[in-house]
Amino acid sequence: MIYFEAFGLEPRLQIDTEDLQQRFYRLSREFHPDRYTRKPVVEQQMALERTSQLNDGIRILKDPIRRAEYVLKHNGFDIGEQRTKDVPPELLEEVFELNEALEESDTTQLDGFQTRFVAMLSASDTELQQRFAAYDLAQSRDELAAIRAILNRRRYVDNLITKIQSAL
Amino acid sequence: MSTFQIDFGETKRIIGIDLGTTNSLGAFLDLTGPKIIPTATGGTIVPSVVSNIGNEIVAGDNARALLIAHPDLTVYSVKRLMGRGVDDIQEELKLFPFRIAEGSENVIRLKLGDKTFTAPEISAFILREIKRNAEVYFNEEITQAVITVPAYFNDAQRQATKDAGRIAGLEVLRLVNEPTAAALAYGLDKRQNGIIVVYDFGGGTFDVSILKLHDGIFEVLATNGDTHLGGDDIDNLLLQIALEDIATEWSQPEIAKDHQAVQTIRRAVIDAKEKLSFAPEVFVTLEYKGQQYNRAINRELFDKLITPIVQRTLEPCRNALKDASLTHEQIDEVVLVGGSTRIPLVRAAVEALFKAKPHTELNPDEVVAIGAAVQAGILSGDITDKLLLDVTPLSLGIETMGGVVSKLIHRNSTIPASASETFTTAVDGQHNVLIHVLQGEREMVRDCRSLARFDLKGIDPLPAGLPKIEVRFLIDANGILSVTARDGRTGKEQTVEVKPSYGLNDEQVEAMIQESFEKAEEDFKERQVREARVEADRIVSAVEKAKRNEAFWTLPEDERGAIERALNELLVVYHSDDYGLIRIRMEEVDHVTHHLAEIIVNSAVSGVLKGTRI
Repeated sequence: MIYFEAFGLEPRLQIDTEDLQQRFYRLSREFHPDRYTRKPVVEQQMALERTSQLNDGIRILKDPIRRAEYVLKHNGFDIGEQRTKDVPPELLEEVFELNEALEESDTTQLDGFQTRFVAMLSASDTELQQRFAAYDLAQSRDELAAIRAILNRRRYVDNLITKIQSAL
Repeated sequence: MSTFQIDFGETKRIIGIDLGTTNSLGAFLDLTGPKIIPTATGGTIVPSVVSNIGNEIVAGDNARALLIAHPDLTVYSVKRLMGRGVDDIQEELKLFPFRIAEGSENVIRLKLGDKTFTAPEISAFILREIKRNAEVYFNEEITQAVITVPAYFNDAQRQATKDAGRIAGLEVLRLVNEPTAAALAYGLDKRQNGIIVVYDFGGGTFDVSILKLHDGIFEVLATNGDTHLGGDDIDNLLLQIALEDIATEWSQPEIAKDHQAVQTIRRAVIDAKEKLSFAPEVFVTLEYKGQQYNRAINRELFDKLITPIVQRTLEPCRNALKDASLTHEQIDEVVLVGGSTRIPLVRAAVEALFKAKPHTELNPDEVVAIGAAVQAGILSGDITDKLLLDVTPLSLGIETMGGVVSKLIHRNSTIPASASETFTTAVDGQHNVLIHVLQGEREMVRDCRSLARFDLKGIDPLPAGLPKIEVRFLIDANGILSVTARDGRTGKEQTVEVKPSYGLNDEQVEAMIQESFEKAEEDFKERQVREARVEADRIVSAVEKAKRNEAFWTLPEDERGAIERALNELLVVYHSDDYGLIRIRMEEVDHVTHHLAEIIVNSAVSGVLKGTRI
């Protein structure tokens, strides 16, 4: 996986972001196009490629969600946007009630939903961390499948929160 | 400054240029640090004004001096037109005396006397003036430069600036964002780590950038701004008021149509505005065609007038903070850049927003050019302990179904940055795909800035949906986009034809470069002819004078005849354009009068020829 390789890292879902940042600075100092102005064109091109890899890479790797999506995609998992429309079964009942509250513009109820969903979000973040650790140990597709399910639910909940906030 | 390890050696010198709306400056780096390149008149600033005086185009001080007497032959604030289309500048046209030529549908052409020029060509005249100043100063040819641009400049505006450099005969090694350049200039002897905000309020543009300093790395976290907000807007505000006032006072309701009067009044209000930064009350004073105008304006009234303009700068500041996920408490330093930051109200507003006393130690007019020189030092390898990591100010996207923009590279992404996308065909046998690239933050195509249409050509005729064209969008360290494509099945490079929405295509720029080279040759020839004639004048008059000396008659007849003949031959070629021939004939005269000069000097009859070349 090119973005991990660019930083000399093993493809792991758990990352020391401070270490990543330091690697980014060190490699940028070395490969930035500014350092290659007086070099042959081939080397300039290489510097441009490497630096854009570092810049694109750190954007993805330092964010746990995007990092997980990147690893999933690389392992052949579909992480397409269309999945946001499928309501996770465990949320069906809650979403139904939420829609009612939205229709009635019931702010007290909406506040309650928001609190619950935000809590759900942080719960899935904790769960993600555990799954990340499990995957790094076992490198199994089952773990990845579980991670994808959490990500889908997370994205879904995130959209619900946005919806509530714009209604409030 | 011990941090510089300088070895200029044989490598080419790179100069830094601040190409501003109102003023431009060149700077360079030497053993003792960055310095401003002096102008022909010994100053530092090259006013961003260009004038067409008959056969010659002048830029800088000379052009500014003509602004009042010949407003129709002179253009200023052309930076406002860089990379823009006629539709974009309707507001500008109400306030600036830009004379748009016919045939400006694709790219704006300005009338300047009997000629027309595009904005990059006019900017090139300013750049050429700075290039020339540098060449005189260093006594060597200068061909490489770092040029600064507003951080909030889009792709087309950046491309236009790069084109201007090329037309001026400069290889633009890097476009640097103005606030970032300012941070570099300040960072020279400042703190090693921390968060700094650069508030850059110039003549025509406003930028704000938030940077993280980390042991010599200047990492931009977020940038925001308004490319059409600056001191110009304040000038126009004052100008409108003064015009209305004067129209009544002088009973000349049509005064606003008198270009000379408008420029005279504009000069007066700018003077008043500048003085008002240091005095609580000033007078707008002027005289035009025997009529006087005198009006007091105090700080209180001025502040009230400009409050809306100052307020407009604060929103981008808040947005930048938000994008950087920072609050004002986390800001360690604030740096002020640009002439408009001399205004006390502006300083107070910045101080109130960031709760920090802003830095103003460096001259706000020079700090950007100084920073450009530092960046030039980084590129040349003379400075190795500093590095700039800048961002793209606007999101980049492509048009998808229903006129919606799908974002590929988000704003404030560190550059160089890239994104890839796979395209396919919609119809069987389709052999090209058109990709519409836009820049901006809004959802819909109509609310974003169209950059270009990229035509993927020569796709193998296949059933719809089967071709897989992998397209890579790359924003380089200058903030300029390039697009490459390859066939996903064969891996073969795909041709991409670029149709820029605004600005010049490559052929047009090439043609302008060619023209400017020819023009430079013509200029050179003209100067040579003029200089030869001046010298010939001197020689002819000296010889005529010598002929009246009695020593002339002591010469043998054939010698006198030779002098007459040589003089006549010089006069015959005097009006030709062949400066080489003029010089040959001058040497001939010089040669045949040698003896005569000797006699005159030796006999000390008179000192007529003494001290002349003869």
